Amino acid sequence: MMPFTKRSGLTSLSYNLMVVSMTPAADFDRVFAALADATRRDIVRRAIAGEEGVAELADHYPMSFAAVQKHVAVLERAGLVIKQRTGRRKVVRTNVLGLHAAQRLLDRYEELWRGRIDRMTNLITETKERNK
Amino acid sequence: MTVTAVHKDADALTMTLTAEFDASPERVWQLWADPRQLDRWWGPPTYPATVDSHDLRPGGRVEYHMTGPEGDQPRGYWDISVADAPHAIAFHDGFSNDDGTPNTDLPSNDCRVRIEAIGGGRTRMSIESIFPSSEAMEQLLAMGMEDGLTQAVGQIDAILAEDTVRSA
Repeated sequence: MMPFTKRSGLTSLSYNLMVVSMTPAADFDRVFAALADATRRDIVRRAIAGEEGVAELADHYPMSFAAVQKHVAVLERAGLVIKQRTGRRKVVRTNVLGLHAAQRLLDRYEELWRGRIDRMTNLITETKERNK
Repeated sequence: MTVTAVHKDADALTMTLTAEFDASPERVWQLWADPRQLDRWWGPPTYPATVDSHDLRPGGRVEYHMTGPEGDQPRGYWDISVADAPHAIAFHDGFSNDDGTPNTDLPSNDCRVRIEAIGGGRTRMSIESIFPSSEAMEQLLAMGMEDGLTQAVGQIDAILAEDTVRSA
């Protein structure tokens, strides 16, 4: 797919304008799918503090370490949490940028349509002037 | 300001945008029904659109390509389900592969357009866009709106900034 393999060639402005259409569905769906689960949403909340590793996180839930580990892996793939080394430990920390990215999609979509409405308005004005 | 309202509904994962024009419904309909006018507003300035085929009827299809700053030409289509001149259009809006078939790897959405006269020679147009994965989006937005999270986000931003300074 052309526009995606060439993403690095896009200017930031055009990237912003096109981000809704240009964001591969995989990213979009991965974020939503990751957040569709109550346990994973709770992990995202807890991991904002960035103090707990997978083992400590697992203590909060009535499920196995392996199950929590899987949830963390799903969040990690979606870019919603990152694992960070602090001393000897590895803590799970919420990636705020990842969290904001999906919200920005709707905002950008609004911008896209606002641009379209502006262009529609200009076209209408133009035909009016011509018919005067 | 012709955009009079924007409503983003996290429950249904829709964005509804309402705009008013100083024109008749028939004139506003032309913006959609005339491919050469469509060319002039559909694509953003950096990605102008060219409509390649235009069959604005239920079951019909509109095909277009856009031309990007790097010469890239993403292709898109609308599959029309409703076309009721000059009042209503509904279509599925998606991207196409080079051979014109729908590219299911890219996001698509459903779009409903309503056009109605509101008196004084003015027309209101509403656009309702419906996205996939509504449940997840609802939860995402609900999370983002929590005060606790907002505060925590501020804290984490500060921490991230510290990290950057430290590693710089």
